[in-house]
Amino acid sequence: MAQAQGLGRRYIKAFFKGFFVAVPVTVTFLDRVACVARVEGASMQPSLNPGGREASDVVLLNHWSIRNYDVQRGDIVSLVSSVSFWRSIPFATYTWCLNVVCLFLLRSPRNPEQKIIKRVIALEGDIIKTIGYKKKYVKVPHGHIWVEGDHHGHSFDSNAFGPVSLGLLHARATHILWPPQRWQKLQPMLPPERKPLHREQE
Amino acid sequence: MGARVVGTCGAGGWRRARWRAGRASWAPYHCRMLRNALGKAFRFLGYTVQYGCIAHCAFEYLGGIVVCSGPSMEPTIQNSDIVFSESLSRHFYCIRKGDIVIVKSPNDPKSNICKRVIGLEGDKVCTSNPSDFLKSHSYVPKGHVWLEGDNLRNSTDSRCYGPVPYGLIRGRICLKCRTQLGLYENVEHAAAHFNCYSLNFCLLYTP
Repeated sequence: MAQAQGLGRRYIKAFFKGFFVAVPVTVTFLDRVACVARVEGASMQPSLNPGGREASDVVLLNHWSIRNYDVQRGDIVSLVSSVSFWRSIPFATYTWCLNVVCLFLLRSPRNPEQKIIKRVIALEGDIIKTIGYKKKYVKVPHGHIWVEGDHHGHSFDSNAFGPVSLGLLHARATHILWPPQRWQKLQPMLPPERKPLHREQE
Repeated sequence: MGARVVGTCGAGGWRRARWRAGRASWAPYHCRMLRNALGKAFRFLGYTVQYGCIAHCAFEYLGGIVVCSGPSMEPTIQNSDIVFSESLSRHFYCIRKGDIVIVKSPNDPKSNICKRVIGLEGDKVCTSNPSDFLKSHSYVPKGHVWLEGDNLRNSTDSRCYGPVPYGLIRGRICLKCRTQLGLYENVEHAAAHFNCYSLNFCLLYTP
């Protein structure tokens, strides 16, 4: 009897020891190094989700490479959305595949922290020509970037809400992991017609 | 190699000791020292990673201690005050009007600013300076907050850079640590007299 009690206590101790090691390390890894997410929506077609809703792409998001906020023009990045909306099916959002379960489940449905995935078109200091924004030419302010989806007209991006603060940068999408026939490394590619008119930094 | 152990009880213990001594002399001294040092280094690295991860989770999801600098929140928060910030309100969307929040600067993502929330999304705020004759108002857009410092004359806040996205908020300040360190000009002088002063905690008044 005493031996079984001792064994139970040992298991409980081992469980808590493992819990306090495994959970913080996993959470820190998913927050700071890399995580995986599924892309929804059509705003990044044809680069992401060319098959539409039947076959969503799963991308690898790299937090570590943007820890100093250095992005290039043409990178595909994920941002914390500055506009809260509950159902955003027409635009590219993505849901987490692996996440901190309790925090995600307790998130208020009124204001979920949506993440949007777009391509960086211009950095701070660049002057670009906009598509459908309230001003025809915009100089991107200091500490901000201009992002756009590849599928113009079906994208909720900087042409709708203006330049985005670099503090909202979440991760850079580096690889497509699923489906297997679309395994590839995502290269930074800037469409030639979207090049900035004047570059501040070279 | 080495001699086989014959006895397991105390009587044969001296043979065991001799066997161990003989075996130990096989491995060179510096090899053993290197193995010990490597083991200690790996253990140290493991503990550092583990406690670093726990610290990250605590700061990100619970809260932490922040040192504020600058005059823009006087008289509520003085220069080089120590405050406690909690991150739970941000994750559960409980930031209210009148809270003092820590926010990533919209123009420089590597620095943080500390201001009071004057308006949430949909609120009507006054965008002009107090010295202007004609007042102008606007509505805070969805997903943004309007921040102002308590020291309106000496504060760059939303009146300069506009409404701030909610996603930039890092935490809410809940407690201020009232110390007497501010009496001294430089920190070295203050540290020598630290044991003479008491630390008082006071709840920051949030309307």
